[in-house]
Amino acid sequence: MALILDHVTYEYGSGTKLLVRALNDVSLVIPDGQFIGLIGHTGSGKSTLVQHLNGLLAPTSGNIYYNGEDIHDKDYSKKKLRSKVGLVFQYPEHQLFETDVFTDVCFGPKNLGLDKKETELRAFEALKQVGLPDDCFYQSPFDLSGGQKRRVAIAGVLAMKPEVLVLDEPTAGLDPKGRDEILDLVTSIRRERRITVILVSHSMDDVAEYVDRILVMNKGSICYDDEPKKVFAHKVELEAMGLSAPQVTDMMYELKKAGWAVDTAVTTIEEAKREICRFFPALAGLETGK
Amino acid sequence: MIRDITLGQYYQTDSVVHRLDPRVKLMATFVFICSLFVVDQAVGYLVAVLFLAFAIRISNVPFRFMVRGMKAILFLLVITFVFNLFLTPGEAVFQVWKLTVTREGISMAVKMAVRLSLLIIGSSVMTLTTTPNNLTDGLERAMRPLQKLHVPVHEIAMMMSIALRFIPILLEETDKIMKAQMARGASFDEGNLLQKAKSMVPLLVPLFISAFRRANDLAMAMEARCYRGGDGRTKMKPLHYEKRDYAAYAVIVSYLAVCIAVGRIVPWAKIL
Repeated sequence: MALILDHVTYEYGSGTKLLVRALNDVSLVIPDGQFIGLIGHTGSGKSTLVQHLNGLLAPTSGNIYYNGEDIHDKDYSKKKLRSKVGLVFQYPEHQLFETDVFTDVCFGPKNLGLDKKETELRAFEALKQVGLPDDCFYQSPFDLSGGQKRRVAIAGVLAMKPEVLVLDEPTAGLDPKGRDEILDLVTSIRRERRITVILVSHSMDDVAEYVDRILVMNKGSICYDDEPKKVFAHKVELEAMGLSAPQVTDMMYELKKAGWAVDTAVTTIEEAKREICRFFPALAGLETGK
Repeated sequence: MIRDITLGQYYQTDSVVHRLDPRVKLMATFVFICSLFVVDQAVGYLVAVLFLAFAIRISNVPFRFMVRGMKAILFLLVITFVFNLFLTPGEAVFQVWKLTVTREGISMAVKMAVRLSLLIIGSSVMTLTTTPNNLTDGLERAMRPLQKLHVPVHEIAMMMSIALRFIPILLEETDKIMKAQMARGASFDEGNLLQKAKSMVPLLVPLFISAFRRANDLAMAMEARCYRGGDGRTKMKPLHYEKRDYAAYAVIVSYLAVCIAVGRIVPWAKIL
């Protein structure tokens, strides 16, 4: 049971000289339950790729299979697919439209044709899970803060009970605290619902700490598909693509350059701390107060 | 889907037509449209078609691109054709149910359809070869005499350029919001008319909010740069005529002359 992309190519404006090949022969297997980070600089085709996953865009050539079925088969229900593969767009708060938060979150499940009771139950659950305070449920979504609006929008997709959750730049435009909160939320959703999560970002720091697997996109193709450590080993190539390794990895490289033989395959702050303490035992002592 | 509308779009390439002064192109379009309503004979239309074909040829814009824009107004074209066909009084030719098709009706319907298509293709040659900024600049200059009559020419031009600039932005925004709502299971093409109208709410509310937000931001940005209307404002790229512009004027005048002359010299060509 998985999401499979088989030689998917997508072109914008085909037939004119404004033709842009946004996706170039992308093949991909996304097994159940994986936490994937999709990374690429602006215009590398990340957003185009994720819009293929729930059938919003149809590939110019190639096929996409969800649980073994071709999603562009005539009798395959797009609506059902979209409830299984939930996509949270960039700046999702811009799609809120109802008079109160609760009704807005009900929009998704209602479109699936569920009865009133089930709809409201799911909306309630989703809002609880994203951690929105109860007294906000019946407020206008436009009165909430930026971070809260985004939680509501994510709840709007969660209420459809997706098996795969795709988030396109969920931290764009948030301050560091809001950013951490959203990323923690995403991990807790994944843990509690045991679903596949695809996190789109252009920031290595965002994804390095959380994901099991990183896909790096450049010019419409996937150029790296591996676990974080192995991807970040290609620091130089990543920088040539306008991306960077996480800041801690950068720091370890600098230390190595300065003559300390530290391990540069470090991607999270926790690992960096351990590695540095290994080299400077005195520091470890400082931290524990000895 | 929305990207397919080419009407009013700019096609980026290099050609004599692209380099012409926007005032010339405005004038040419105006003359061309007038000529369509002056001529009455098949020969006249032939001249118009030839002139248009010439303009398209030297503009380097692929003809396919223009025809694609026509699809959007096909509906209008069909309605005009049908109404003229059935509702023009005159000598009956045949009947369909209770509707009578007349000789004059056929003539009128064909004429209207030809006129409309030429008109739209003709004006799209202008928009395809002129950037919106250039176009409003030209319009502003061409309307300048009206300022003496206290017509707010600069403001009109500014509003026009902002409106034109917002079209692609709002189209893109519409596309994005539609997709976002479709990802939440919404569908915009199902059900009867009432259901369809209702399904537009999740699209229109966010679209309006975003349009107002953008308008607000733009106003703020303009104020931050001390924009205060057209008085004493100079242009970064002032318009001035080149040799090719005078040549183009000559072509336009001769086209008009031919159009008028052709109707008088070959009167036998009156259609039907």
